[in-house]
Amino acid sequence: MSKPIIATTSLAGCFGCHMSILDIDERILDLIELVEFNKSPIDDIKTFTKKCDIGIIEGGCCNSENIHVLKTFRENCKILISLGECARTGGLPAMRNNKVTVKECLEEAYLNCVTVDDNPDNIIPNDEELPFILDKVYPCHEIVKIDYFLPGCAPRADLIWNALVALITGKPMDLPYEVVKYD
Amino acid sequence: MSPLINIFKKKSSTSNVQSIIDKYNKDQTRLMDILIDIQAEIGYISNESASLIANQLKISKVDVEQTLSFYHFFSQKETGKYTIYLNDSAVAEMMGRNEVAKAFEEAAGSKFGEVTKDGKIGLFNTSCIGMNDQEPAAIINGVIFTRITPYRAKEIIQDMKNGKAVNEMGLQSFGDGNNSSNYIQSMVSNNIRRKGPVIFSDYNLGKSIKKIVNMKPTDVIRDVKASNVRGRGGAGFPTGMKWEFCRNAAGDQRYIFCNADEGEPGTFKDRVILTELPKLIFEGMTVAGYAVGATEGILYLRYEYKYLQKYLEQVLEELKTANLLGTNIGGKNGFNFNIRIQFGAGAYVCGEESALIESAEGKRGEPRDRPPFPVEQGYLNKPTVVNNVETLCSVVKIITEGPNWYKSFGTKDSAGTKVLSISGDCMNPGIYEIEWGFNINDILKMVGANDVQAVQVGGPSGALIAPTEFDRILCYSDLSTGGSIIIFNSKRDLLKNVVLNFMDFFIEESCGSCVPCRCLTVLFREKLLKILKGNGVMQDIDDMISWGPTMLSNRCGLGHTAANPILTSIKNFRPLYESKIQQNKLFDSGFNLQEAIAECCEATGRQPIL
Repeated sequence: MSKPIIATTSLAGCFGCHMSILDIDERILDLIELVEFNKSPIDDIKTFTKKCDIGIIEGGCCNSENIHVLKTFRENCKILISLGECARTGGLPAMRNNKVTVKECLEEAYLNCVTVDDNPDNIIPNDEELPFILDKVYPCHEIVKIDYFLPGCAPRADLIWNALVALITGKPMDLPYEVVKYD
Repeated sequence: MSPLINIFKKKSSTSNVQSIIDKYNKDQTRLMDILIDIQAEIGYISNESASLIANQLKISKVDVEQTLSFYHFFSQKETGKYTIYLNDSAVAEMMGRNEVAKAFEEAAGSKFGEVTKDGKIGLFNTSCIGMNDQEPAAIINGVIFTRITPYRAKEIIQDMKNGKAVNEMGLQSFGDGNNSSNYIQSMVSNNIRRKGPVIFSDYNLGKSIKKIVNMKPTDVIRDVKASNVRGRGGAGFPTGMKWEFCRNAAGDQRYIFCNADEGEPGTFKDRVILTELPKLIFEGMTVAGYAVGATEGILYLRYEYKYLQKYLEQVLEELKTANLLGTNIGGKNGFNFNIRIQFGAGAYVCGEESALIESAEGKRGEPRDRPPFPVEQGYLNKPTVVNNVETLCSVVKIITEGPNWYKSFGTKDSAGTKVLSISGDCMNPGIYEIEWGFNINDILKMVGANDVQAVQVGGPSGALIAPTEFDRILCYSDLSTGGSIIIFNSKRDLLKNVVLNFMDFFIEESCGSCVPCRCLTVLFREKLLKILKGNGVMQDIDDMISWGPTMLSNRCGLGHTAANPILTSIKNFRPLYESKIQQNKLFDSGFNLQEAIAECCEATGRQPIL
C-alpha cells in the first residue's frame, strides 16, 4: 500500500501551528516513514501535484486568497483538519469581526497608524494582484466541510502526532487530558 | 392621569434623583423602584444618577449598572421626550406592525432604535406587551395605543411635533369595562368572549375571608390540596403542596407573590383579570397569606401594565377600608396581611419564579439555582409562595364553593378551568375561560377560525401544532398551556413569520447566564436563516435536532424551551423545512464570496474579481 499523502497550509494564521508540527522533534523521521508530503510550506511544494489523503489547515480565512486555497484543499484532500484556534474559530484575527469595518481596518493600516510615515498620497493599496479583504474573518468550517478539529493555540505537538498516527493507522486516538489544551 | 406616566419629561437633576432615593429609604432591595421612578421622571438613568444611587444605597456602582442594563425599559441614554415602544411580536407583524413601523419612521424622520436629532421622539421595539387581541399596539410614555394604523401613526407623530400631551392624542373612546374607569382611562379592550364557571363566575367580595377566619390555616391548605388545583402559569405544580411546603419551612417571615409578569407572547389573560377582577386576585393572595402564615404580599406586575397602577392602588385602599386587608382582617385578631405592587421593567425571564424574586430584590432577573426552592428560601431568603394570577383567583372560589365543586370541572388530572388568551387568524380574538379537556378543534370552532395551518399552544415556549393533532386535548397531561393560543391560517409563512420571530424573541429575552441559552439559540437562528436563504442541506435539519437535548442543560424554563419554536416545527412541519433545502448537496456553508468582498471593493475602489 502506498503511503498516505499529507498537504498543509497556513491561511490567516501565524505559522505557530506549523511550528508545533515541527515540535514533534525526532518523530518527524518516523512521520516521513509513515507519510508522503505534497503541497506544504514544510517541503515548499507550491501547488498540488496529486490528490492527497489529509489536508491540515492552519488559520482562518481573512481574504479571498485564503478562500481560494481552502477550496483547493477541499478539492484535493479526502480529509481536512482544522488545526488550531484560528482555523477552528477565526482566532485572534477575528477580533476585528463586528467591531471595525474593512474600511477602518485599511485606513488604520495604511493611513492613520503611528508607524505609517511615508504615504504622502494617502494610498490604500489597490493593485489588482492583491487579494480582497473579507468582510470578517471566517473559521474554515464556515467555508468548506471540515472533518476534524484540533484545538489549541498552538495545539500541542503530541496532540498533532497522536491525531495523525490515529488517522493513519486507524487506531483509536490517545487523548490524555494534558494533551488537549485550548489556550 | 397617573403621575407616574410622564407626559412631559423633566430635565435631569440630582435633587430629583436624591428625593427618589429617599422615598425608598435608601433600601438596596428597592433598587428596581428607584430606577423605575428615575426613568419615568427624567427619561433615562445617567452615569451620575447611577453613581449617586450606588453611593446612597451603599452598593457598588456595578451592582446598580447590572440591574440597570438588564431590563428593557431602563435606558442609559435619553429616549426622547416622547418614547414609542412598538410591539414586534409575531401577531403584531401579522396585523400590520411593519407598515406601522415604517409610517412612524417616515413621519419622525428617524429609525427604530434611535431618537430624533431634536431629542423629541424615540422609536424602540419591544417584545409582546400583552395586547395580542388588539394589535398593532404600542406603549407611548406609559399610555397604551392599540390597533394602530399607518395613518394613525402619522397623526401621532404630528401631534408629538405639535407638542401635544400623550393622553390628549385623540383617543376616540375608552375600552370596555373598567378600562374606562377614572383610574385607568385606557383605549384597551377586554375582549372577554366566554365566561367560565370559576374565574369569571359571580364573585362576592370577601366571602372567602369570612369563611377562612373560622378555619385553621392547615384546613385551608387541606381544601386547596383536595381541589387538585395546579399552577396556572404553565408548569402546573400542585398549589396546595406548594403552600404546605412554605408553611412548614423554617422562617420568621413568609411572603406571598402574585406573578403578574405574563410575558409569554400571546398571553394577555392577566391584563383582563387585573382590570376586571383585581379584588379577586388580592383576596386570593390574602387567603394564601393566611394559609401559609405570611403577612406580606407582593404583586409583581410587568411594566407593560403600568397603566393599571393607579387603579390597582386604589383597589388596595378600598380593601383596607373594607377590612379585607391590613390588620385584624375580617375581625380576626392577628390576621394581618398587606400587599404592595412591585413593577418589573421589561424582562420575560422574570416570569420564572426565582428570577421574579431576584428582580423584586432589585437585582438582575436571573433564575436561581435550585434547590433551595423559593418555598424554602425565596424573597429575602425567607419562605415564599409564588402563584399565578389565575391560580390565586381559583383559590378564592375553591374556598367559597368547596373542593368538590371545583373538581367537578375539567378532567381527571386537570381540575377546574383555564383562561385562554386567543389571538391570530380568527374572528374573535380575546379571553375564553374553558374547562380543561377542550381539544384544539373545539377551540377553533369556538373562536371562528377557518383555513387553519397551525396553532401555537403555550406561546413560543410551547408547541406549534399541525392539523393532524387538532384532536389533542388541553390538560396538564397532554397539551399543557399557560393560556396562550395563537392561530395561523394557510397564508402565513410559518418559518419566516412565526418561527424566526419566536427565535428572535428568545435571543432577546435570554438572561445570558447559561451558555446554551445564550449561544445555541443564536446558532439555531443562523441555521434557520441559512435554510430560508436557500443554502440549507439535510445536515442542517439533523444538526438542529441533535442540538435539542443540549438546551435541557440550561438552568430555567426559558432556556429549556428556547429552541422549541424550531424543534416543534421540525417535528410537526418537517416538509416546510425539507422543501427549502438543497436535495442534491450534502454540504453547503452558505458562504458567498461576492458579498464577503463587497465592503473591500467599496473601500479600495476596486472591481471584484471572483
